[in-house]
Amino acid sequence: MSIDMKQFLVTFYEESFEGLDTMETELLNLDIGEADSETVNTIFRAAHSIKGGSGTFGLNDVASFTHLMETLLDEVRDGRRQVSQQIVDVLLTSVDVLRDMLSALRDEGEVDMARVQAVQQLLDELLGNEPEAAESAAPQESNSTGAESQGWKIHFRPHPDMLQTGNDPVRMFRELALLGELKIECDTSGLPTLDKLVAEESYLAWNLELHGDVDKASIDVIFEWVEGDCDLVVDPMASQPAAAQTDNTVTEEKKAPEPATSTAKKPPPSEKRHSTTTESSSIRVSIDKIDDLINMMGELVITQSMLSQLGEAEEFETAQIEKLRDGLSQLERNTREMQENVMRIRMLPISFAFQRFPRLVHDLSGTLHKKIELKMSGENTELDKTVMEKIGDPLVHLVRNSIDHGIESPEVRLAAGKDEMGLIELNACHEGGNIIIEIIDDGAGLNRERIIEKAISNGLINEDDSLSDEQIYDLIFQPGFSTAEVVSDVSGRGVGMDVVRRNIRALGGSVEVTSRPGQGSKFTIRLPLTLAILDGQSVRVGNDIYIIPLVSIIESLQVNPADINSLRGSADVYRLRDEYIPIVRVYDIFNVHTEIKNWEDGLLVIVEGEGIKVALFVDDLLGQQQVVIKSLETNFKKVEGISGATILGDGTVALILDIASMIQLSRDNGPEKTPGRQDNAEQAA
Amino acid sequence: MAKILAVDDSASMRQMVSFTLKGAGFDVVEAADGVEALGKAKSQTFDLVISDVNMPKMDGLTLIKELRKLPAFKFIPMLMLTTESTADKKQEGRAAGATGWIVKPFNPEQLLATIKKVLG
Repeated sequence: MSIDMKQFLVTFYEESFEGLDTMETELLNLDIGEADSETVNTIFRAAHSIKGGSGTFGLNDVASFTHLMETLLDEVRDGRRQVSQQIVDVLLTSVDVLRDMLSALRDEGEVDMARVQAVQQLLDELLGNEPEAAESAAPQESNSTGAESQGWKIHFRPHPDMLQTGNDPVRMFRELALLGELKIECDTSGLPTLDKLVAEESYLAWNLELHGDVDKASIDVIFEWVEGDCDLVVDPMASQPAAAQTDNTVTEEKKAPEPATSTAKKPPPSEKRHSTTTESSSIRVSIDKIDDLINMMGELVITQSMLSQLGEAEEFETAQIEKLRDGLSQLERNTREMQENVMRIRMLPISFAFQRFPRLVHDLSGTLHKKIELKMSGENTELDKTVMEKIGDPLVHLVRNSIDHGIESPEVRLAAGKDEMGLIELNACHEGGNIIIEIIDDGAGLNRERIIEKAISNGLINEDDSLSDEQIYDLIFQPGFSTAEVVSDVSGRGVGMDVVRRNIRALGGSVEVTSRPGQGSKFTIRLPLTLAILDGQSVRVGNDIYIIPLVSIIESLQVNPADINSLRGSADVYRLRDEYIPIVRVYDIFNVHTEIKNWEDGLLVIVEGEGIKVALFVDDLLGQQQVVIKSLETNFKKVEGISGATILGDGTVALILDIASMIQLSRDNGPEKTPGRQDNAEQAA
Repeated sequence: MAKILAVDDSASMRQMVSFTLKGAGFDVVEAADGVEALGKAKSQTFDLVISDVNMPKMDGLTLIKELRKLPAFKFIPMLMLTTESTADKKQEGRAAGATGWIVKPFNPEQLLATIKKVLG
């Protein structure tokens, strides 16, 4: 039987990454000098599990790498070694390397072996090993001993309590018989009289003769488990020339097929490369959530049976209307609760995103020679899994930024009369249907003058613009804006705050900054709890209803034709408080027929996407509502300007506008199309 | 068919052991640590126990020691799944009452061969 080990790899990777996260967290918790033994044990166990699994599932590089970590941790665990900063650092680096190795293996990418070897060497040095210890050569040792023997005499006397380890002499004799011709002679002289006999103990001894060309090692293996629990003497038999030779040939023939089969089994590893990794993402859900859901389901069934009873009545009496209403309102409540609970399944505590920060702060403060304490609160605040996965990078960027540009060096802090230990706070909480994440540092704050200077030189503002602090600080989110004097290795690698804002906006969220000179800055990220539901404003264009995400709407207004400027060869623009905003006719973009083409009859919805404002011209505003997003791409195909669809209460489909791509669309076709748009619209109708 | 209690804190190892043994026709009950295993052992009987050594809550050696105290487990074979192939770990295991051990890494064939040997 050959079992495909690949099927277990998904689980193995999943638990290994969890193990690595645990190791990282616990390593950061370790106190230098006097380590808490339970913490060390937890770290050890994680390394140990990864080593065991990787060896079993054929990931040998991972196994030999973890072996070194395990050995080091074992020494710490046994108290043979003190926890030093150096050990913690090397182990943390090893965790990183291991994580990369496992990701590369999972995704069938390249493992950076140079890096692996470099860290392996660090571990070896710590352990005082000769590099590349001959680990793998160990198992094949005792080939030479006693191979020439014609057979063996074995004296075997189990100690009285050997049976209580579950070992059975009969099993061992059965195995010995497989090696060659076995003669068994039982020595019952040790048996006590019946009144003294304890049934659970062993009193017998055996003298065995095993004939044939048997390797002593194979005999040792059979008695391996009872070593120390018995008296065992294995002696070679005196040679018996004539009989022995025939025996020899027979056993050799018997043995011959074995190597063949074992080499035949080898090929499978090479198959690995052909396999495609099935990246199935999974989620762990606490049993409470599932129980809630089942309870809710129960209530739904009760409501359903109540309503169906009403429906079964022969004649519907007016008195039953009251009951019907009750039933319907109960159904509404059930549905809403059910919806909330189903959504909760996708929710994970934000600690999943936060857990990498202790490490990040630890590493960066070391590199930058700053002293920084990290405080986190609200780690249990829950967030949709998809949002969580996507918010990770922007968060890292902001925290790095705070460490690099926010917190000052200890000397500067002391000189400013502050504690030399800087503080970074990460807070999360729910507010309405949003999650708020704050990144607060008690550093120097944003430099107002430098931002203005830079913005002027970049042409973002004019010298005589009078801007509020808020507007000035907001400039750091503009594309291409970086005030860092030295582009450090930490942040400012060309990826600016504009990318952070764009990523957060792509999630339907927003990011703001407030700052006080000398006291620090605070970044506030606001995100929707889930990507599956969206707060939308429904608008009508012709006979169609579109949904505009509420977060992108700035305001809606009736048109004052006097404020419209029609520029030749370009789109119309609307003048709103000294701002000129391009107008996008939604009916034009989507080729929809509508009676409302006069400015006075419709409405403008001012929206913002990726920092650009446009005014959408629509027929009418309808209500605001939460809509469940259905992917258009999976059900139909990708449509420019549309991010998805939803089903409205009356069963019709409404399309959800993708503001950023609409802006792009209007820029691409707007001007050219304008003259002929009447015809287009007519044709479409 | 023989019934086996498989104890390991690693889900992938459990999956592998359980899949292999079930494929060979054994009845398998899984447990993720010593405490869970002991709980299951008190309510049902087994013909063989295979346990990892390093586990949270209760390690494999303690588990075996505790199991040996139960009359139904006094003589049944119990194997340790261990990466520590050093002699002192084995000695400790035997002192705790383990029948023998399977050294990790092992493949399903080796696992089955050992188990068939023990169960006869």
